[in-house]
Amino acid sequence: MTQADLYTLLPLIVLVIWACALLLVDLLIPRGRKGITAFLAALGLALTLGLTLAQVSAAGTAFQGMVVLDGFARFVNALLALTGLLGVGLAYGYVRRMGIERGEYYTLLLFSVAGMMLMAQAADLIVVFLALELLSIPLYILAAFARPKETSEEAGLKYFLLGAFATGFVVYGIALTFGATGTTSLSGIIAAASNGDAGLLLTIGAALILVGFGFKVAVVPFHMWTPDVYQGAPSAVTAFMAAGAKIAGFAALLRVFGLAFSSLSADLTAILWTLSALTMIVGNILAIAQTNIKRLLAYSSIAHAGYILMAFVPFGNAEVLPVSVAAGVFYLVAYTLTNFGAWAVVIALEKAEGRGLDLDDYAGLGRKYPALAAAMTVFMLSLTGVPPTLGLVGKFYLFRAVIAGGFYGLAVIGVLTSLISAYYYLRVVVIMYMREGEPERVSEPWLNLTWAASALAVVLISLVPAPLFAWASQAVFALF
Amino acid sequence: MLLQYIAIAILIFLSTALAGLVIVLGELFGPRVKTNVKSMPYESGMTPIGPGTRRMPVRFYLIAMLFILFDIEIIFLLPWAVVFRKLGVFGLVEMLIFILILLVGYLYAWKKGALEWE
Repeated sequence: MTQADLYTLLPLIVLVIWACALLLVDLLIPRGRKGITAFLAALGLALTLGLTLAQVSAAGTAFQGMVVLDGFARFVNALLALTGLLGVGLAYGYVRRMGIERGEYYTLLLFSVAGMMLMAQAADLIVVFLALELLSIPLYILAAFARPKETSEEAGLKYFLLGAFATGFVVYGIALTFGATGTTSLSGIIAAASNGDAGLLLTIGAALILVGFGFKVAVVPFHMWTPDVYQGAPSAVTAFMAAGAKIAGFAALLRVFGLAFSSLSADLTAILWTLSALTMIVGNILAIAQTNIKRLLAYSSIAHAGYILMAFVPFGNAEVLPVSVAAGVFYLVAYTLTNFGAWAVVIALEKAEGRGLDLDDYAGLGRKYPALAAAMTVFMLSLTGVPPTLGLVGKFYLFRAVIAGGFYGLAVIGVLTSLISAYYYLRVVVIMYMREGEPERVSEPWLNLTWAASALAVVLISLVPAPLFAWASQAVFALF
Repeated sequence: MLLQYIAIAILIFLSTALAGLVIVLGELFGPRVKTNVKSMPYESGMTPIGPGTRRMPVRFYLIAMLFILFDIEIIFLLPWAVVFRKLGVFGLVEMLIFILILLVGYLYAWKKGALEWE
């Protein structure tokens, strides 16, 4: 263990130590004053974010090639720390209002973010697996955090059982990959695979890993758990889970598939194509039938996993891949901001006992709270992909990359499903402005800040998206 | 290749056969006097209380979980102790970090009252 090793993982190490310390400090903070814990957690995440952004020196692997620090890891880590901050901000008032305020909430959130960051830095399949567990286990607990509420317990148990099952697939895939190549390190796999002596075993291993991660990021047909878990889990948890688990899952998929398995494109491109198309179609069509806003956003998150997965379809084409992956990463940023904004609005309108979550409860919002309704409109438009929002820019980059890769059919499916999605996203807007009603909202400073800042960011960045895309591209190009 | 394991195979076969033979012979030729006391389930010599499938306190599950946690600590400590001199200071520091992390969990469980039965 050298200084370089420690430097590579510095933000992560600081975050983990902070989380351990917070676990103990929280014991001394009396009940009812857990706001202090929230503040400390946010401070730790802010410190992590700062350290991540300050890690500008040369890229390289550390801990005997187990982890890597490069532009991509920095970009994703910064995004993840931001996700954690937004997650704390959303939870702060929410857990108190719902009577589930416990200090462990923030500790678990920190540990989960640590797992996600490790995932983005993993350069070895063993570390990928370790990170997967570290990010998942706190999420299982957080999903059941509204205990003894039955729906929340069900969400936690369902997520745990199916998640453990999916982890099994990943481990099996890693084992087969190891059997085929004799190594678990990503660079070792590239070397072994390019010799052409890996064969069928490696393909099966890669496919199994894809199944496991497909579950984590909610890709059809591994999406069954998503609506129930997203609906049952406390809304603040769902917001964090929807963004964080997706970012980390796709970051790992990118490293594993974009780099290690790039020689398998002949076998896997068709599979990825099908998964992406299926996810977009099923997610968007099932969302139409939903009357509960949490379920609607759950199906919407499935659909968006399909859009992001598009970025991986041209993964065998070395010329298109960097641009396409940059588009995927950019879309992740757009999705994260929009997602947190939309969930902040949901939280602002949610009442105890799960009331205030039907679409009908949004009636009259436009008249009574114009700013909140305007923000929700922005998020719905962004999820649809209508200007002037970040969602449109993200989809534009994605479709452009996919077309450059020669997958016209997939781009057409993407556009058509976006049209379908306009129906249910705009229905929310119509209900808010065209129907009479008396919604009651909660006004908390951090919550208001979250939706207002997200809405502003979604609109403003969409006007000048080039710098962000350039940053994402720069991060990704360092990989290849 | 497989021939080097032939001794183990013979051992397994012989011991199974011998054990089976003893049981079968006992069943065939042994005298049998059935009394109530004899057909009772054996519970360390005392008279059994209640049915065999008793309800367990759910707390036991917490204890079991904590046990596994520290059991794993031991599992890691033993091999480390074997190669302690070879690993030197590096190994010592690594193990201290590992124990420190477990200590955090231990303190947390303690303070939360997970170690108390009541």
